[in-house]
Amino acid sequence: MLQRIRERMSPTDVVMWLIGGGLLFLVVWGSIATLIKGTYTTRHWIDFVIFGLAQGSVYALIATGYTMVYGVLRMINFAHGEVFMSGPYTAYFVAAWFYRTDFLDAQPIFCLGVIFIVSMAISVTIAFFLERIAYRPLRGAPRLIPLITAIGASFFLQYLFRGLYGSSFQAYPDIAILEGHWVIAGIRILKFQAVVIVAAVVLMLALYSFVMRTRIGKAIRSVSEDKEASALMGIDVDKMISMTFVVGGAAAGAAGVLYAIMFKQVHFFMGFIPGIKAFTAAVLGGIGNIPGAMLGGIFLGLVESVGPSLFLDGLGIVAPYQLKDAIAFTMLVMVLIFRPTGILGERLAIKKA
Amino acid sequence: MNQDQSPWRNAVNIGLVGALTAVMLALIGMVESFNKRDIIYQIVTMGNILLLLCAVFLSYLAAKKAARDQTAMVFGTAVLTGVMTAAGLALLVIIGKSINLRMVFINASPVLYQILTFYYGPKLGIPLLLFSGALSGFFAGLLYLAPALVRKMLITAFSSVIITGMLQDMLRPVIALWGPLGKINPYLFAANGLALKGAVGLFVLVAVLVYAWGRKGSAVKTRVAGLPAGQQRTLKLVSGLFIVFVLLILPKIVGLFLSEVLTIVGLYVLLGLGLNIVVGYAGMLDLGYVAFFAVGSYVVAILTSPELGFFSLGFWSALPFVLAAGIFAGVLLGVPVLKMRGDYLAIATLGFGEIIRILVLSDWLRPWIGGAQGIGQIPNISLAGYSFSSPQQIYYFILAGCLLVGFISWRLRDSRLGRAWMAVREDEDVAQAMGINLVATKLMAFATGAGFSALSGAIFVSKIGSVYPHSFNVIVSINIICLIIVGGMGSIPGVVVGSFALVGLPELLREFAEFRLLVYGAALVAMMLLRPEGLWPDVKRKRELHVAEDETESEAEQAATARS
Repeated sequence: MLQRIRERMSPTDVVMWLIGGGLLFLVVWGSIATLIKGTYTTRHWIDFVIFGLAQGSVYALIATGYTMVYGVLRMINFAHGEVFMSGPYTAYFVAAWFYRTDFLDAQPIFCLGVIFIVSMAISVTIAFFLERIAYRPLRGAPRLIPLITAIGASFFLQYLFRGLYGSSFQAYPDIAILEGHWVIAGIRILKFQAVVIVAAVVLMLALYSFVMRTRIGKAIRSVSEDKEASALMGIDVDKMISMTFVVGGAAAGAAGVLYAIMFKQVHFFMGFIPGIKAFTAAVLGGIGNIPGAMLGGIFLGLVESVGPSLFLDGLGIVAPYQLKDAIAFTMLVMVLIFRPTGILGERLAIKKA
Repeated sequence: MNQDQSPWRNAVNIGLVGALTAVMLALIGMVESFNKRDIIYQIVTMGNILLLLCAVFLSYLAAKKAARDQTAMVFGTAVLTGVMTAAGLALLVIIGKSINLRMVFINASPVLYQILTFYYGPKLGIPLLLFSGALSGFFAGLLYLAPALVRKMLITAFSSVIITGMLQDMLRPVIALWGPLGKINPYLFAANGLALKGAVGLFVLVAVLVYAWGRKGSAVKTRVAGLPAGQQRTLKLVSGLFIVFVLLILPKIVGLFLSEVLTIVGLYVLLGLGLNIVVGYAGMLDLGYVAFFAVGSYVVAILTSPELGFFSLGFWSALPFVLAAGIFAGVLLGVPVLKMRGDYLAIATLGFGEIIRILVLSDWLRPWIGGAQGIGQIPNISLAGYSFSSPQQIYYFILAGCLLVGFISWRLRDSRLGRAWMAVREDEDVAQAMGINLVATKLMAFATGAGFSALSGAIFVSKIGSVYPHSFNVIVSINIICLIIVGGMGSIPGVVVGSFALVGLPELLREFAEFRLLVYGAALVAMMLLRPEGLWPDVKRKRELHVAEDETESEAEQAATARS
């Protein structure tokens, strides 16, 4: 028995399992210690969970874009975070204008609708041209090349928007109807968090049924299965790839507005970290898998919001909240190591290897 | 991009791109901030040149679509593109004059419109703008139709005038140091930029030189190639010695400021050479490379700085620990990512880099490594009682480091290990089937790269005397990746060229520094689209990337190798 285990495990595997086991032990140890210490009440935990759900549903929306692009092109669209940034940053000027003219308070629903549409339109435009200019000419090039292009495009877009709109943080105007809180079944929920969660779920359902039910969705799925066969069946592969970027861009644009509602500010660099986290979410759910990305996003959001207090506080780490990004990145690395096919792991990941 | 498009349609498309690009350059503030620097005193500014280059380049692309013998079409398409580019700017001026664009675009200032209309106001300025667009289109057409030698002559002469004009702040004091040669200063330069007569003189001089070299250059080359082997070797030795001599006296010639720039470039060369092994040789895109730079810096800081009070070693006794820590970190971060490829590897390493930065920045580890305040009082490097403190002294130290690391990576390239790296780069599975130990090979790449990076981190902190977590941003990794790719992946001279172009230039041109990452991003995309092998490519890699284009050439080469 021992002999067989020894034959199957290489020394690097042993090291990796040691690291993984050690981290798991720390997480469990930290959680138990925190719960015993009892610094946080149930109210705190509920707040953490709701915040995590809101943040996670934004990640989930961005992650669908990553996952769909990965499905059709087998590449990480590194610039997707910038597609996410471009929408709300542009829509900020519309929002600010509505705010100045007091229109925002008079017609909040209409204004929010316009802000969403502007943001989605800009993100879609950016995503569309990104694919046209930066990715399409490189189809069939060695895999490193489109990745490098994507990194270049990401920085180009960031600093393009910095040049256009300036480098300062812009505060999104407060929307009066989203202030305050509701009490549902004895649980206090901040209004804007509830709205973000509901809006994100609705959008995700819309996106999912678009991909599953419509002809275009079917064509996109077919392209992600097999490009050549789809082309033989009369599907315009290039058009469908563009379409994928458009749909992903729309989701990112909408997610951007939700993000702006939650964190109340926009900045040219705001897409970078959420972009990487959404990628983590996509990997977590099994890249190429849309429901997986949604699940992964929500899971990541929860871990990020609950994790610092739960895992780290018990270990006696000072200011654990500073390390929330470290938790997300550690999770990314761990998933890539131990289960690169993700939670809802599927054939896609096997096929690409 | 389609082959079947008519040249006119193509010209309209490119013209639209040109208009968009020009408007973008204006709105992001590049034109205005570049405008402060005159290329030719009170005649042409760098802002003008920027737009002009944009128009000429795109018109040239448009003209290329037409066959050389259709003169009318060449000029027609080129002028069309040029005019469209200018029309975009004209439209911006007209819109900007009627609506306040500044609410959204912070750089849409009145000054910008003045620059775009050449300070004549819209009535006279807009026709003038369109005319200059047409003129640059016409020039592009002319450039396309001209024989290759004349084109080369014109391009080189223009670029040398532009570069000299841009760098006049730096060049003037340097030239003044050169004794009798300093007398050309008042002739060449004006208060800001080149003097008109200087510009014309320089243009003619360079043009004549290029022309002469173009006529006689190949003859000289064949004569050198025809020399007996012994003499050729001597010639190489002499030119090598000359280069070393120039490198040695460089800080004395160029003065303090340029020496400082040289040391920064040198540090990036060191970092680039290290990453070149991981990315260029072994083909693993590592976006967390800055982590090893951080490890090197922090190990030196912890071992030498009296501020923390753990140890107070000197630089040289800390150095072995630094290298060991770097190599150890390379292996440690290398093991988990062994099985990953391509984009997964890139993201995982990016994650590692960020984790390290976040940990360093956190309050949790502050008692040990200083947190956001960093660590100060790191002593300078001293050797035999002589302390390296000014940039002109550190230059020699960095130069030695670069030469050493360059030599190591040059020797590694054709070693058994280097060949194994390249085999892994081309195809991991095949490499493994050929008996290459993937684990050892990849870990060696990570460890070597990390060691070089830690070394440059050590030099870096000893140079600036303190260390802050903010120096280890992911941007640094991206910078290094950029310079490797722009220079040419896997190519040692490419790293040097890339460092000078991407690190040196922004240091020299302060206006440029603000748009540094914008230009980096654009350069990466453009490089991948137009010239994936880089500016100074590795011979083998160039051949791989252009398989289809020079099939016949490589076939001939294969035949030659088969014969020998």
